[in-house]
Amino acid sequence: MAFFNFFSKKDKEVLDSGLTKTKTSIFDKISRAISGKSKVDEEILDNIEEALISSDVGVNTTLKIIERLEQRIARDKYVSTEELHSILNQEIVALLAEQPQQNSSFENISSKPYIILVVGVNGVGKTTTIGKLANRFKKAGQKVYLGAADTFRAAAIEQLTVWGQRVDAPVIKHKMGADPASVVFDTLSSAKANDADVIIIDTAGRLHNKVNLMNELTKIRGVITKIYPDIEPEVLLVLDGSTGQNAYEQARQFSQATQVTALAMTKLDGTARGGVVIGISDQMQIPVKYIGLGEGIDDLQVFNREEFVKSLFDNN
Amino acid sequence: MFENLSERLERSFKILKGQGKITEINVAETLKDVRKALLDADVNYKTAKSFTDEVKDKALGMNVLTAIKPNELMVKIVHDELAALMGGEHAEINLKGSPSVILMSGLQGSGKTTFSGKLANMFKSKRGRHPLLVACDVYRPAAIEQLKTLGGQINVPVYTEEDNNNPVQIAENAIKHAKKNGNDIVIIDTAGRLAVDEQMMTEIANIKKAVSPHEILFVVDSMTGQDAVNTAKAFNDRLDFDGVVLTKLDGDTRGGAAISIRSVVNKPIKFVGIGEKLDAIDVFYPKRMADRILGMGDIVSLVEKAQEQYDEAEARKLSKKIAKNQFGFDDFYKQIQQIKKMGNLKDLAAMIPGVGKAIKDVDIDDKAFVGIEAIIQSMTPYERSNPHVLNGSRKARIQKGSGRDIQEINRLIKQFEAMQKMMKTVQNQGLKQAFKKRR
Repeated sequence: MAFFNFFSKKDKEVLDSGLTKTKTSIFDKISRAISGKSKVDEEILDNIEEALISSDVGVNTTLKIIERLEQRIARDKYVSTEELHSILNQEIVALLAEQPQQNSSFENISSKPYIILVVGVNGVGKTTTIGKLANRFKKAGQKVYLGAADTFRAAAIEQLTVWGQRVDAPVIKHKMGADPASVVFDTLSSAKANDADVIIIDTAGRLHNKVNLMNELTKIRGVITKIYPDIEPEVLLVLDGSTGQNAYEQARQFSQATQVTALAMTKLDGTARGGVVIGISDQMQIPVKYIGLGEGIDDLQVFNREEFVKSLFDNN
Repeated sequence: MFENLSERLERSFKILKGQGKITEINVAETLKDVRKALLDADVNYKTAKSFTDEVKDKALGMNVLTAIKPNELMVKIVHDELAALMGGEHAEINLKGSPSVILMSGLQGSGKTTFSGKLANMFKSKRGRHPLLVACDVYRPAAIEQLKTLGGQINVPVYTEEDNNNPVQIAENAIKHAKKNGNDIVIIDTAGRLAVDEQMMTEIANIKKAVSPHEILFVVDSMTGQDAVNTAKAFNDRLDFDGVVLTKLDGDTRGGAAISIRSVVNKPIKFVGIGEKLDAIDVFYPKRMADRILGMGDIVSLVEKAQEQYDEAEARKLSKKIAKNQFGFDDFYKQIQQIKKMGNLKDLAAMIPGVGKAIKDVDIDDKAFVGIEAIIQSMTPYERSNPHVLNGSRKARIQKGSGRDIQEINRLIKQFEAMQKMMKTVQNQGLKQAFKKRR
């Protein structure tokens, strides 16, 4: 199938091993329900419901998926349990917002410079994601500049600096406590003078219900537009894969403050499943772009809807 | 946002009004709603199920007091059961031993390092102890630096071994260091780790073996979803921890993870993290948490929120001005800014018990203040502090400047005058009298 070319074989292996926990868990439950039956019944639907909710898909989205399944079953009259997987796959894939350029790779940058503003609540893995992202761009031969606009958290600047050294990208920084908007201004000016291809800006983690901190983000977003009026920056909201239904509020509030254009889900190499992203992507029409599968420099992948859902249900 | 549980229950009880006793049928109906509310709050699927089964047994056959509607009784039962599940007697942190050793554990990004700093700060400033922070996260870039910075902020020593990448050794050496230097509490910060990372889980188990901590705390992000049970269980299996720390509760998560964890590991929640500042630490209140999970309005949080934004000096100035009848548009403007700082108006109002339901369908416009602000900003400083000078021509100028229509300006001035009068009365006669008079 076409989308297979997109993931290199090695990538697919990392994704599979990272999502193994998810896979066995959901699949085990469903296949246990299915075994010995030839037709989809209430019990199977109940098991699917449990599997989805246990993956943080959320009650409303789960009901939506089950409803669609039921409609399909009613329409097709007879659905064998074998067909169930593929239908389930299709229905969930359909809920995930399509990327403007589906199957476009990371390295296909849409503007020069390509500006990525990275936002999210505390502890989701923004800085680590930036390190890994920078590595991808560097590998593709891009000139990358990093901006240390998290001037609040202790040692956040040092953390980004270490990543900058690892991937050999300059880090523009001020002292702790400096105005983040002015760090952004300096980063953009410096990147502009040095003809950078990609600029990635780290921001302090903030809870989305803190109005002042959210206003600060809006201001930072404004600085970018001021220096590059013609460039639509990528605003990447990083979500922790183990976060539950609160991720909806995060997506809603950060979008309001900064017009989020893409999502990244981190920490999917653990037992958490990140199912909440399905509902968010569906309701807000924001595509998931990247997923984080570990702390290593190469543990970041481009998100692919089919692969993500397939990995949740695959039987091999 | 999520619907309040009581509203849902009210709806499902509508059909069954007039019943004096809770019966099998209405229980089954309402428990579905209770379960959905719990799942929306991130309570684990299985926990929610077993919890509702228990509630069902408790509720069946209960006599409904004449004054109480069945749905209210139901909510009360659910609420009390939740609080009981999370509560029990308050568990203190174990500070035996000299020095007493506290080991922190948890996933990446749960807030271990920040919380270690808060704990050290609490022991030092409130209990007069001499804590030592130990940096055992040798993996994450600048993690050691982070703890050193936090230690510097609260003036607590931090033990580090920059070139040593063996956390077990560092922990052991730190305790020797503490004994030599008279530190009576040792707080060991460790790297975040996934429960499925065998190597890292063995490492923290080895730290435990090497230093035999008196207290092991499991730090968990209050926004955690269904996975909370797996993680808590895995850490407890390996470490048999003593208590749980729930972080980032200053966010707006319902925090159902608190129940899930309690139900799988039966360990008390000892502390909560409620902000990024190093004094933002509190003990755990089961009742408040039950309110929060059920979305039942949280007056305590509202008060806290108001206090957070409240500027005492500013308030004193204001009250003086009112007394002298100098309350002007400038002060009014400042007050609006204060209210705005507290957050979204509808969210704020929803924190008042009972109001959430009343305003559910009312569209409170967050831009309600925009017009008022524009009008005030179009006044001259003189006009702002002397509103009585606002005559026709001045108003016409304000109209042009603000782009609002004249009726709106007149309405604002009228409201403002009424407010001034009201304030004057309050100042002179006290609040009670003022209200009496108005009625």
